[in-house]
Amino acid sequence: MGEAIVITSGKGGVGKTTTSANIGTALALMEKKVCLIDTDIGLRNLDVIMGLENRIIFDIVDVIQERCRLNQALIKDKRFESLSLLPAAQTSDKTAVTEEGMKKIIHALKPEFDYIIIDCPAGIEQGFQNAVAGADKAIVVTTPEKSSVRDADRIIGLLENKEVESPRLIINRIRNHMMKNGEMMDIDEIIQILSIDLIGIVADDEDVIKASNNGEPVAMEPKSKASIAYRNIARRILGESVPLQSLEDNKGMMQRVKRLFGMRS
Amino acid sequence: MVIWGEKEVLDNQQLVTIKGTRDGLTFFIDDSCSFDHAVHELHDKIKNSRPKEDEPVISVKVKLGNRYLTKETEGRLMELFTEENRFKVDKIETDVIRKKDAIQWKEESEIKAINQIVRSGQVLEITGDLLLIGDVNPGGKVAATGNVYIMGSLYGIAHAGTDGDRKAFIAASYMKPSQLRVADYISRAPDYESDGVYMECGLIDEEQDKIVIDRLQVLSHKREEISGFERRMQYG
Repeated sequence: MGEAIVITSGKGGVGKTTTSANIGTALALMEKKVCLIDTDIGLRNLDVIMGLENRIIFDIVDVIQERCRLNQALIKDKRFESLSLLPAAQTSDKTAVTEEGMKKIIHALKPEFDYIIIDCPAGIEQGFQNAVAGADKAIVVTTPEKSSVRDADRIIGLLENKEVESPRLIINRIRNHMMKNGEMMDIDEIIQILSIDLIGIVADDEDVIKASNNGEPVAMEPKSKASIAYRNIARRILGESVPLQSLEDNKGMMQRVKRLFGMRS
Repeated sequence: MVIWGEKEVLDNQQLVTIKGTRDGLTFFIDDSCSFDHAVHELHDKIKNSRPKEDEPVISVKVKLGNRYLTKETEGRLMELFTEENRFKVDKIETDVIRKKDAIQWKEESEIKAINQIVRSGQVLEITGDLLLIGDVNPGGKVAATGNVYIMGSLYGIAHAGTDGDRKAFIAASYMKPSQLRVADYISRAPDYESDGVYMECGLIDEEQDKIVIDRLQVLSHKREEISGFERRMQYG
């Protein structure tokens, strides 16, 4: 029986969709059967980031309104046999999906998959309620900004009233030098306010943007920092204990030697 | 044939006794007779002792013992005294209260311990004193008709004495609130970035006519009767 995890944040633009795509990809890399569900009806993005936009024929609204079977709407990923995507509708709005409909879909997907990753829309209205309806667990994404932490706090409060296990936190888009200077909230400060378990930290990495634009999740790249971070998160979801990634820039040996001799690096 | 009751009792025992004090008259009304009898006798007594036109108005205290007055009966009693405006009723005292009122009193004076983090957008409202074990995050709000005690950090809004009790206060292990409210007073955090304070309390300072934040130690002499119940007993 699979596990449904909702990725949510409250605030828009903190990286829910990117996180969903990459956690899904990372889990698939570890040979788990994963289904991604995009619940941002009317503003679908997950398919674009996964590079699967051209394969969409039916979407989640078609499934809920019984215009097609669930299997017809599932898109197989081009890279992994074990990864599927249930895309959002672009033409309807959020009222087209109901909480019952979501529960039904997730219930039907659970025997087929190990993990069901639900990408939640921004906001706390119906779209959020739908996305959370069928989830067993939740991951809250935030960035080290006050407004984003405030919204994450609100979301955690709302999740407490749902049938969801206590949520875990991803801090996204960390800029190490700003955190060090105290220009950004630091990790301890965020955890102190939100007081939930941390499941991962992800550095602000240009590779993420590049990868998203190419329709290739960054988790596919072996070396990028963000990629390692997402793969670590996936391993923690599987129950492994992985130490937090160091945010220090890993400069090469040569540069370290140069610095030793007082040369500019 | 002797008919039991009324007449005999009335003869033997006074239902209404009047005592003069420095502040005026105190009427003791017997609590074992029917209200109508008491009113009847009171009517006569008042008639006899009512001050004349040229004499000053006398203030009156009524002691009812174990008799409970409803709004109606209290009205009738008041009417009796205030007829012709020669008496001024200061206080009607009774030794009994209704169960409902007693429960309400208890509610209002109880300390309710709650173990929770009050997150952004959440509001925790309490009748009585609130003992919160946990934080109030930015954007969260706690409110109590009595005092607010927070064992944790207060970043959001705390409101003490929501029913208008200006003696209420807010105490926290750590506070950096966005707003403190006591009764109808509101104070907000300064516009510049400031550090929070440990083990302090917010209360209304009468002289400055605003909410001040001070060390917890000042409570012992500024708010001696800390329990809501004692406050109620004193001020009704």
